[in-house]
Amino acid sequence: MNSLRGKLFLILVAATGLIWLAATCWTYVGARREVESVLDARLQEAALMVLSLASSNGVGASQDGGDSRQTAELLNYERQLSCQIWSLDGRLVARSSGAPNESLSDRRAGFSERLINGETWRIFTAEDAAKGVRVLVGDRIGLRDHFVAEILKGILTPMGLVVPLLGFLIWASLNRGLRPLRGLAEELTRRSADDMRPIATGRVPTEIQPVIGSLNALFARVKDALRHERDLTAFAAHELRTPLAGLRTQAQIAMAAPDEATRSAALRQILVGVDRTTRLVRQLLAIAKLDAAPEAISANQVSIGGVIEEVIEALPMSERAIPITVDPALKNIMVTANRDTLLLAIRNLHENAARHMLQPGAIRWSMEEKSEALAVYIDDEGPGIPQEEMALVTNRFFRGRYKSPLGSGLGLSIVELALRASGARLVLQNRKDACGLRAQIIWKIAPGGAPG
Amino acid sequence: MRILVVEDDPVLSDGLKVGLGLYGATLDIVANCADGDAALAADEFDALVLDLMLPDGSGLDLLTALRSRGDRTPVLLLTALDEVADRIRGLDAGADDYLGKPFDLEELAARVRAISRRNEGRAAPQASYNGVTLNPARLTVDVGEACIGLSRREFAVLAALMDRPGTVLSKSDLEAKLYGWQEEIESNTVEVHVHKLRAKIGRTKIETLRGIGYRMRPVAP
Repeated sequence: MNSLRGKLFLILVAATGLIWLAATCWTYVGARREVESVLDARLQEAALMVLSLASSNGVGASQDGGDSRQTAELLNYERQLSCQIWSLDGRLVARSSGAPNESLSDRRAGFSERLINGETWRIFTAEDAAKGVRVLVGDRIGLRDHFVAEILKGILTPMGLVVPLLGFLIWASLNRGLRPLRGLAEELTRRSADDMRPIATGRVPTEIQPVIGSLNALFARVKDALRHERDLTAFAAHELRTPLAGLRTQAQIAMAAPDEATRSAALRQILVGVDRTTRLVRQLLAIAKLDAAPEAISANQVSIGGVIEEVIEALPMSERAIPITVDPALKNIMVTANRDTLLLAIRNLHENAARHMLQPGAIRWSMEEKSEALAVYIDDEGPGIPQEEMALVTNRFFRGRYKSPLGSGLGLSIVELALRASGARLVLQNRKDACGLRAQIIWKIAPGGAPG
Repeated sequence: MRILVVEDDPVLSDGLKVGLGLYGATLDIVANCADGDAALAADEFDALVLDLMLPDGSGLDLLTALRSRGDRTPVLLLTALDEVADRIRGLDAGADDYLGKPFDLEELAARVRAISRRNEGRAAPQASYNGVTLNPARLTVDVGEACIGLSRREFAVLAALMDRPGTVLSKSDLEAKLYGWQEEIESNTVEVHVHKLRAKIGRTKIETLRGIGYRMRPVAP
């Protein structure tokens, strides 16, 4: 069963039942002992009384003539007790009615038990050697059991009546005690899927507070994630619709152009717009991919120099004119990363450097190996990044003061995400030795381990 | 008509400059809020076309600041954020019209004409004075029965003069209507345009006040 209420109910009922059972056993044992001792005392008392009566009758007690009187004396005990008076020489002097003819006990004195005619008897034997008589008084054990059973019945009957009431009370208190939980469950069920308001913690029992606290924290996180997602979608819509608006406008100009110069200018602008939109879509796809599965990409040993070479070889013709120097030592630097992800980061950094280049200038890839970190640098000779924009440039869709016409505002966000997935981090700073930006890719080296 | 465009996308702002230029407007383009503020403080425009998401802030802030200064320049918001709530927020901040991207160039030109016309207190689409009627959509002018095509500079000069027919506009006033900041102003161009205009619409329509400027000749009493 998976209901908390059902479980608690079963546990409570079982525990109460067990306690009652134990109490009943205890009562049974106690009552039994008490009945035994009371009835034993009665047997003993009766035997001694009969013995004393026998003695007051003198020797006549041993004669048959006294029988009728004695028998009458013993009548009171008829139902419960049996009495026999034996002479010491083995004659049955007298017996109560209902008492068997054979001797109740072989014992000379004290208590004993014996099976007679299928019934167990408890017998007390008292002997008076001076009078020459032995008195045996006994009762049936079955009778004693009956007494104990009566006592138990007296206890168990009211209990039996109380049990349903108790069950009802337990059920009702459970219902009342668990009401806050049910209230919480109802509130959660009632909520619409996108309702992320925190649950009120006002009159909630302390046991549920941590649950509600965790839930509210979760709501807050989901709300943040949702808002972030919506912001991103809004930005993406804006960033896609703006170049589309540009393309449409330029197309209309090309159609309505009064002269050839205007038309070809518009067509050239359309090409620029298409290039930019293509790049933007590519960047959006890249960022969506990195967002979706930052952890799940497989990593292996990658040569940084090799990746840089691949990026440079794939450069479009228009960017081939920029002189590039690559430190040959980079070729031998291996890091643990996913090659495609690292390539994405390095390509975006290289494109950034190339796009912001002031003519004439060069791009330089270099590196530095320190004891605790491996740093790969790319230096450009562009305008750098204004200090007040430095913290913002990795924000999605942020386009700073010195933006390139092709920029999507996503490049550095992609670099940051891709480097994080490759175990590195991105540090941007304006060059101190010249005008331009130095982007640093930094891998922390674990003591004794390889970077990445 | 002189229009300021605040838009940071280079392809789109080039398209607006050329495209609205085809409809006879003179455009100045800036790419961020700060430059937009500076331009609005320095010059007077017949309309402002404003993007909302700009690199240094929201166009709404620029609009709010503009209106709180008491500036009545007609504003058309041009943005990709065109949910109903965004539109309401834009209009409530003081915009005169709203157009979502991507848009039709002709529609944009028509809307800009409409908001600037309303700002001049005119409801009729064609400005008309003393037998001269402007058709801004086609860059033509009706004089009596004749429909005459004008170049966009000529049209701009005539439209400026017809905005407030009684007032005199100096040569530099007209130059301001004709040229954006980046354009080289050739000397004598205003005189040349006025000369050509007179040749097309009739010698008597435009009056020269020597040393002061030009105006539409008042209707003879």
